[in-house]
Amino acid sequence: MAVLRPAGEFDQSYAYDMATIRRRWQWIALGLFLLALYALPLYASPSLVSFVNRAAMTIVAVQGLNILTGYTGQISLGQAAFMTTGGYISALLMIHAGLPFLLALPLAALGAGLVGLIFGLPSLRVKGFYLAMSTLAAQFIIPWFVRNAFPKVLNGTQGLNVPPPEVLGIVFNAPTRYLYLSLSVLVVTTVVAHNVARSRLGRALVAIRDQDLAAELLGINLFKYKLQAFFLAAVYAGLSGSLFAHHLRHLNSETFNLTDSVLLMGMLVVGGLGTSLGPILGTVLVLLILELATVAGPTVATIFPGTAASTVQALRPLFFGVVLMLFLIFEPRGLAHRWKLMKAAWRLRPFSH
Amino acid sequence: MDASSPVLSVESVTLDFGRVRALDEVSLHVRPREILAIIGPNGAGKTSLLNCISNFYKPSSGRILFNGRDLTRVPPHRIASLGIARTFQNIALYTGLSTLDNLMAARHVHMRSGLLECVLYWGFAHREDLHHRRVVEEIIKFLEMEPIRKATVGALPHGLRKRVELGRALALEPRLLLLDEPMTGMNQEEKEAMARYILDIHEQRDVSIVLIEHDMGLVMDIADRVVVLDFGRKIAEGPPDEIKRNPEVIKAYLGQEHA
Ligand SMILES: Nc1ncnc2c1ncn2[C@@H]1O[C@H](COP(=O)(O)OP(=O)(O)OP(=O)(O)O)[C@@H](O)[C@H]1O
Ligand SMILES: [Mg+2]
Repeated sequence: MAVLRPAGEFDQSYAYDMATIRRRWQWIALGLFLLALYALPLYASPSLVSFVNRAAMTIVAVQGLNILTGYTGQISLGQAAFMTTGGYISALLMIHAGLPFLLALPLAALGAGLVGLIFGLPSLRVKGFYLAMSTLAAQFIIPWFVRNAFPKVLNGTQGLNVPPPEVLGIVFNAPTRYLYLSLSVLVVTTVVAHNVARSRLGRALVAIRDQDLAAELLGINLFKYKLQAFFLAAVYAGLSGSLFAHHLRHLNSETFNLTDSVLLMGMLVVGGLGTSLGPILGTVLVLLILELATVAGPTVATIFPGTAASTVQALRPLFFGVVLMLFLIFEPRGLAHRWKLMKAAWRLRPFSH
Repeated sequence: MDASSPVLSVESVTLDFGRVRALDEVSLHVRPREILAIIGPNGAGKTSLLNCISNFYKPSSGRILFNGRDLTRVPPHRIASLGIARTFQNIALYTGLSTLDNLMAARHVHMRSGLLECVLYWGFAHREDLHHRRVVEEIIKFLEMEPIRKATVGALPHGLRKRVELGRALALEPRLLLLDEPMTGMNQEEKEAMARYILDIHEQRDVSIVLIEHDMGLVMDIADRVVVLDFGRKIAEGPPDEIKRNPEVIKAYLGQEHA
């Protein structure tokens, strides 16, 4: 009986039950993994460091998309447009207002979030395919705006030369240094995404995804929570876009384009919609495949001597397309689901046959 | 308001779908802590009536008062916070969530954590989750759902999903519980178990229950009062034994079987 035990004891066991990481060795493993990532520039090749850096920045954008599409079920093809928004905001804040990067970055995230909110408004009226179409609008309106509005400030199609971040006198102008920034942002966004997923907010978002009418009749304000999802997704895109812009040191209306929006969605699908791990696994795998395509390019050119350089370039989308198709056919729930099955099998190891 | 005044009053509600009149001047009252069954042949308008109470359908005329408040003017997502919960004829669970999280999601209206608290989680949101987890665990125990606590509900068999849905409605701690055919698609044993749960809820909780059900035997056993709808009209109302003998009711049901 409940009365015989003090309530605190219950709470403790529920807290244990709810915890993501329960064992000390898991904390240690996680710590070591992070340490190995941060120490990468000390022992890994420059190309690996640069790869991890790019992956970290991309994962942030995919995590945002995961909140919106994975958890809330609102399909969006506008993620790259919000990356553009974030990139421009932090670049302009540094160039014209002289703000330090560490201030410009969160402001860029916030600004992108607010713009995302506006493009989320149609989600009250339309769903699915039609919503995807209306988010596509962002992908046309925002680059158009950047090309044509305030030419003195935004510099039209030319775009901006973006200053490198400077924190505590250290200039982050090489991948070996930039990695520390990207990873730090990624750690924060991963924790935040996880918190969102396991809290009242996350349950409301999934409720909307799975049964919007029941959710509404059981007290969830659909409009409010859909907008919060759009806001968060765009905040993540803003962070990612800003990180990329200050890394690439240049930004124009085409830096992040529709292809990137589609690519981000593909990464999420490959990794697993609506899972914490999905964005990480999916992004890394797709980036690896794209890398492979680049490496394989010259080989293909020697096998088919007639192929032009443009055909070699075309290998990247081809590889991406094939991988996406294979996943949709054979593992639509993505890598995260595979991973879960493998973990379960490992735990049941002695009995698994 | 005195104890005997109705919790819910449906006052001459009419609902049209184009030329179809789903509800025709329907009036009924739900009293505190009673089980009111609504029966009637297919298409009689039972579900439509619940949808009007949820303000998911807008009646073309009439009022629906809940503790004196006109529900037709309350947005659907605010209905739950007034203390009304329901289940659906075609189960409408959050299929991707576990049993536990389906019930936790129903605590939504009792929780306060906003965007910022959820993003930070540790502190307020965590404490709030712990607190509500205790309420939810009591319901899980009451409905004997411990073995499926962590199971994703989409994969559960029909009978269990119906039970989870009842649990989700209970987790709202409603004053009025609307159950739309909670026993359809169940075998006799499952039906009896469900009937027992409903009777236990009736006994232990301060809640009025509106029960839509086709199984006449069960309805007559557990309802305090019965309202009969046919073609959108209320054709009878009264205690079960009276309803059983009512010639109009017999005609409506026989008519349906012979059609
Ligand atoms: N959304 C809708 N659009 C058009 N007609 C509807 C709608 N919902 C219900 N109806 C019609 O209203 C009438 C009453 O339907 P309702 O679902 O309320 O019946 P019911 O008593 O719940 O039947 P059942 O026992 O089959 O569940 C039917 O004629 C139905 O076709
Ligand atoms: Mg019905």
